[in-house]
Amino acid sequence: MTPFDTLTAPAVPLRLANVDTDQLLPGRFLRKPRSDGYDNYLFHDVRRDADGALRPDFPLNDPRWAGAPILVADRNFGGGSSREGAVYALVDAGIRAVIAPSFGDIFYSNAIKNGLLPIRLPVEAIERLWQIAEVDPSAPLTVDLAAQTVRPANGEPVGFEIDPFHKSCLLAGTDDIDLTLEHADAISAFERSDRAARPWRAPAG
Amino acid sequence: MTAPTTLFEKIWRQHRIVERDDGQALLWIDRHLCHEGSFHAFDKLARSGRKVRRPDLTFAIADHYVPTRDRAAGARDPEIATMIRLLGENAAANRVRLFGLDDPDQGIVHVVAPELGLTQPGATLVCGDSHTSTHGAFGALAFGIGASEVAHVLATQSLWQKRPRTLRIAVDGRLGAHVTAKDLILAVIARIGADGAAGHVVEYAGEAVRALSMEARMTVCNMTIEAGGRAGMIAPDDTTLNWLHGRRYAPKGADWDAAVADWRGLASDPEAAFDREVALDAAGIAPTVTWGTSPEHALPVTATVPDPSNEPDSGRRAALEAALSYMELTPGTPLVGIAVDQVFIGSCTNARLDDLRAAAAVLKDRRAAVPVMVVPGSSAVKRAAEVEGLDRVFRDAGAEWLESGCSMCAATNGDMVAPGKRCASTTNRNFRGRQGPGSRTHLMSPAMAAAAAVTGRITDVRELA
Repeated sequence: MTPFDTLTAPAVPLRLANVDTDQLLPGRFLRKPRSDGYDNYLFHDVRRDADGALRPDFPLNDPRWAGAPILVADRNFGGGSSREGAVYALVDAGIRAVIAPSFGDIFYSNAIKNGLLPIRLPVEAIERLWQIAEVDPSAPLTVDLAAQTVRPANGEPVGFEIDPFHKSCLLAGTDDIDLTLEHADAISAFERSDRAARPWRAPAG
Repeated sequence: MTAPTTLFEKIWRQHRIVERDDGQALLWIDRHLCHEGSFHAFDKLARSGRKVRRPDLTFAIADHYVPTRDRAAGARDPEIATMIRLLGENAAANRVRLFGLDDPDQGIVHVVAPELGLTQPGATLVCGDSHTSTHGAFGALAFGIGASEVAHVLATQSLWQKRPRTLRIAVDGRLGAHVTAKDLILAVIARIGADGAAGHVVEYAGEAVRALSMEARMTVCNMTIEAGGRAGMIAPDDTTLNWLHGRRYAPKGADWDAAVADWRGLASDPEAAFDREVALDAAGIAPTVTWGTSPEHALPVTATVPDPSNEPDSGRRAALEAALSYMELTPGTPLVGIAVDQVFIGSCTNARLDDLRAAAAVLKDRRAAVPVMVVPGSSAVKRAAEVEGLDRVFRDAGAEWLESGCSMCAATNGDMVAPGKRCASTTNRNFRGRQGPGSRTHLMSPAMAAAAAVTGRITDVRELA
């Protein structure tokens, strides 16, 4: 996966709460191979009207924010289904970071695994970022993962929290299976001792 | 004397392989359930040249894409048929036990695994599906994961997790007549919000929870994810053990006795501390339905559609207005009486035998006023229901009696609610477009869905019964 370091780019304001993963990627696209490019399916139904035409009032359809790789949304972004395709759709559409007051836990974890940086900020900070992006759609934000800050142009940096393990995975772009296999001996030792302590845990039948 | 610990903490400690200084732990996984959607993970595994580490702990069950009608003909859509075929191929290539389309034990993964005794107290269980929280009803630590994590578990039988916070939700008192586990959990979600339990493992406790059947406990834990919870759990007790004993994959003989001795010690110690506590009074819960596009948009059926103008926060007001606009509902409208176009009784939330019995009890000797689909949670549930004659009750009422699968809950197999149509549904998500583009979903219990079927409107089952 692509390592995440710093990013200076415009942000698209999405004043929506509870953007669930069904909205990000409707279930009927889950059977599509990743090689298709999931960007075609991002917000597929939400960004269209009943006749299938793109709704001009949906921010991701608005040419003012076209290509902006940072998404600023409201609370509970990515709640619901565990479908990692919701993250594929964002990543394939060029989104590198999503900023929201809160995220669905599974979405958050899926994002980390795919090099998409989820940033939790307080509602007041989000409101300021929305206003900045709405007033000047080209205004860049600088996301600095190493420093754990988001800084608007001409503004003060706002700090964010991220788990050190998640941070190091994103900075290095590491596959965590490789990392886990560094503990192969510990896994095997656990496997043996657990089997001895709880032999009944193995599926009977 | 060790410090008092919670059910969650006991399982966490028992499964910790490595714990890093930063709080991340590598956990051993006792059971891994896969379904058709796991193809991304099997692809990733194959690309990296890795194999499934413990095929004996991995089980593949076809549910999300299986046809509910004309099963002998298989799936008509070639892409859907491919999904079912790929699960079989991936299972075979990795020597994983498959419960495929034709297996007598096929069904929804969260119904089948408990039914077969795969789900056990004290175990860690994962699946690439958010409703894996269901299995916590047995006192297991069970949660949904994404495709990358599925690949990780396939390759290593372990998973990195940051220690979650703990939340105890105590429901004391007794549920009223015709008030069910579905109403209880919808009331909880309405109270704490769709992200109210984010970052937390929830333990349900209290008199009303202890009184629930295993099926009802699974309904509660299933929808923990709709409050954002990592997992939902209920301490194992006699109800759990009686349900589990004798099932195919449950321990037998002396192993059973040893297992029970271990499981009896799992309950949270009386003085164990939780990071948060929430208390509800069961007697205050009415039959509950959703009116909007998030499970937190739930109200007693006796209430009216909320008025966004009463919401002081402009963001929340806009969200309520958007939900009402999508649902085509007017503030102040009584929930009772809202006309529905169809009824769906199914899903990993509410399609077990108890659920079908509750729906059939309402439909018996009545006719449905709108189209009704009944999709049993598993093929075994279907057979058991037929032994009791429930299929006749549903058919006589004019309902369709179908084959088991996720069907119109996930809408991935092609069973969909048409655009603009309104569905009374026993499922878990009323998200925009969840049941099909433009679909409108009202979540409710099986008895309430059956009552809606009879009148063609949202109905207080207590008035009908």
